[in-house]
Amino acid sequence: MYSKTVMDHFRSPRNVGVIENADGKGEVGNPLCGDMMTIYLKINEDRIDDIKFQTFGCGAAIAVSSMLTEMARGKSLDDAKKITNKDVAEALEGLPKNKLHCSNLGADALHLAIKDYEARKSGKPVEEPVRKELHMHKHGEGCYCPYCETQLVEGDNTCPKCQLNVIQKH
Amino acid sequence: MNIINLDHLSANPLLPEVQEAMIHAIRADFGNPSSQHKLGDKASEALEKARDSVARLINSGSPKEVVFTSGGTESVNLGVKGVAWAKAEKGKHIVTSNIEHNAVLRSLRRLKMMDYKVSSVPVDSHGRVDPSDVAKAIKSDTVLVTIMHSNNEIGTLQPIEEIARITREKNVVFHVDAVDSVGVVPVDVEKLGVDLLSFASNSFYGPTGVGGLYVRRGTHIWPLLDGGVQENNRRAGTENLIGIIGMGVAAELAARDMTSRIAGMKKLKDRLLRELPSTISEYIVNGHPALSLPNLVSVSIKYIEGESLVLLLDDENIAVSTRSACAAGALQASHVLLSIGRDFADAQGTLVITFGLDNSEEDVTRFLKALKDAVKTLREISPLYAKAAQA
Repeated sequence: MYSKTVMDHFRSPRNVGVIENADGKGEVGNPLCGDMMTIYLKINEDRIDDIKFQTFGCGAAIAVSSMLTEMARGKSLDDAKKITNKDVAEALEGLPKNKLHCSNLGADALHLAIKDYEARKSGKPVEEPVRKELHMHKHGEGCYCPYCETQLVEGDNTCPKCQLNVIQKH
Repeated sequence: MNIINLDHLSANPLLPEVQEAMIHAIRADFGNPSSQHKLGDKASEALEKARDSVARLINSGSPKEVVFTSGGTESVNLGVKGVAWAKAEKGKHIVTSNIEHNAVLRSLRRLKMMDYKVSSVPVDSHGRVDPSDVAKAIKSDTVLVTIMHSNNEIGTLQPIEEIARITREKNVVFHVDAVDSVGVVPVDVEKLGVDLLSFASNSFYGPTGVGGLYVRRGTHIWPLLDGGVQENNRRAGTENLIGIIGMGVAAELAARDMTSRIAGMKKLKDRLLRELPSTISEYIVNGHPALSLPNLVSVSIKYIEGESLVLLLDDENIAVSTRSACAAGALQASHVLLSIGRDFADAQGTLVITFGLDNSEEDVTRFLKALKDAVKTLREISPLYAKAAQA
């Protein structure tokens, strides 16, 4: 089901871990959508000197994290910002269709970490790295399908768009 | 290295006796069981012999009550929709539980599109239905109750006999999805008192693509497929004779060896559960501690995701299953695990181990060793584990 490259990065993930006193940190996803990813950055003269990740997720999510860190390491911030989810999926020689959402987390986490770095640098640090709570309940805004992000109807556990069963957790 | 199969719920090997019978059937010159000539008679004799064996396995009073199908999914569809359609004039309300298999859930979803109404009763933290909840859910226009015999994810057995007493008293048809029970644990349709009961051949080492629906005498169902008058007008289409012959032999063996098989499975399950605490930390064993399938263990392992675990164990030539969000394209947390109170993260980290006749205690030892390493590896990557460790 997975390409050789995906399995290689899953079995021997590169750049796993935490950077103490990181210059930037980005955390995306939540267990509700199946994956969580945290990216840590060490920046030197607007260049990614070191990058590490921690991921809770399926084989694809771990491989995406690993590949992403390999792609971003050594890049200037401007170049790193240009890395798209599609680039990561392509570098992995493709992902199964139902796993493409995992690749979305990767670049999102990186971009969030860069934003966090820039905010700190400008003296307006984001108190805690922003975490996407898209899928959880927000009062007044309702719940969203964790798979296609369509707004759900209160009390109905089936997504009106993708027809999957979703449990609304408030 | 040989592969250790701890995923027997997904696929069981065919027993040698079953293989023999099927190979013999392939070579034999069988006609069509519905034909009037001698070739037809020969086929019909083999068909009815298999029906006898299957009827005996579930202690049906008459083999006529067994309808052969293409497997568990068709049996469930036939049982649920067949009754709903046949009873539509009496009412369109159906009662079920929160932890049914997709075959039931999606049959009911389809019926909802046809203006049927469905009430679903909850389960307790062990996954058991309270029969009094079923009694309360039954209304004047209820035509069907459908509850599973055992759950395919957590193994919990349901109080079918008690529920059947209620449905009989209230004159409502009761269908039971017993796909993971028949041939594995004793299932006696007379003792249970159910009206319809679905089962599949592969659960007891028969071929896939064959199953059956028990239909108590006097229970009216509409067929799903329209065509010939096979299976007493309840399932059109020439019977899959070779598969059915295999199923018949598998049923005979299951009935004969039931007690020793259960003892063997229980031994492996008990050993696994006994040694788990010294293997990994922070996990939850799902399902009822006693009223459960003897061949199934479900365990939610904190801070890690199930698919990753399955892939790492596969690298060690150990086959297990997960019901996590990312499993097999399902991309959603298991409704069963959420129903018994697991949170989303724990539901994702769930492993389902199902033993079979080819497993040994040595397999359990090898599995536990591999599990220990895999959990350690994945927790080292996991941000959830890091956070928990900090706290």
